[in-house]
Amino acid sequence: MKTEGKTHFERKSDRETVATRTFNAPARLVFEAWSKADLFKQWWMPKSMGATIVSCTLDMRTGGSYRLEMKHPSAPNTMAFFGKYLEVIPGSRIVWTNEESGDQGAVTTVTLVEKDGQTLLSMSELYPSKEACDEAWEGMGEGMGETFDQLDAFLATQKR
Amino acid sequence: MLTVNHMVQYKHIQVDDSFAALSDPTRRGVIEQLCRADSSITELADKFHMTLTGMKKHVAVLEEAGLVTTQKIGRVRTCKLGTRKLDQEAAWIENYRQLWAARFDALEQVVEELKRKEKSDENRR
Repeated sequence: MKTEGKTHFERKSDRETVATRTFNAPARLVFEAWSKADLFKQWWMPKSMGATIVSCTLDMRTGGSYRLEMKHPSAPNTMAFFGKYLEVIPGSRIVWTNEESGDQGAVTTVTLVEKDGQTLLSMSELYPSKEACDEAWEGMGEGMGETFDQLDAFLATQKR
Repeated sequence: MLTVNHMVQYKHIQVDDSFAALSDPTRRGVIEQLCRADSSITELADKFHMTLTGMKKHVAVLEEAGLVTTQKIGRVRTCKLGTRKLDQEAAWIENYRQLWAARFDALEQVVEELKRKEKSDENRR
């Protein structure tokens, strides 16, 4: 268990990481901020990270899909993040796939539990295997296995 | 002139190198092996059923990334774990936490704004 500001982090198992955070607002507002693209864009990429959201489409309903494109000044191309919403229950649950990592991507589940006007948000990222989870942690810095594979191939050609 | 920005980018390149180096299962195996004990390239080649040339290449990638250091004593090149870079990987995990913490802070602001709006709409009614 590890705390960063008001957020708690836990590696729950070999394949799962969980983050929790309490918001002083009803669950429907937290859900609204997550489901409407114009609101989502305001918080998903914090200014301190230096990247900006170039485009964002969220079709937040069970079976719908999403696509995010981000640009960091130090990277030549935009990075795309996309997947499907496996389950959406307005105000309480959002489950989506992360397909930019191929079939090794995590399934993310966000649950919102409201109590006395506050909302406990918990976000779980469940990987298909321990290896995928470890790898994602290793690659978390850039979040892109493909980039590393390319760099890997490049480095291999540079070797004496 | 070396600016702060360059420093940051240089750091990223170093970290990219380490991740690339770790993206190969044999190289991860070598790291695990070296966690247990220092080994010569010949020993590593035997252990991973590889040719000496093949293992030399893997070790060179790991050395380039600063994950492994090697030292030649007589005819034997001994490989050791380089510790410094692993700290940077730990730093990336730290970055993941920081990203989500910052995200949730920003989400809180958006939610607060929605709350304010809702309240002022109610008052107007």
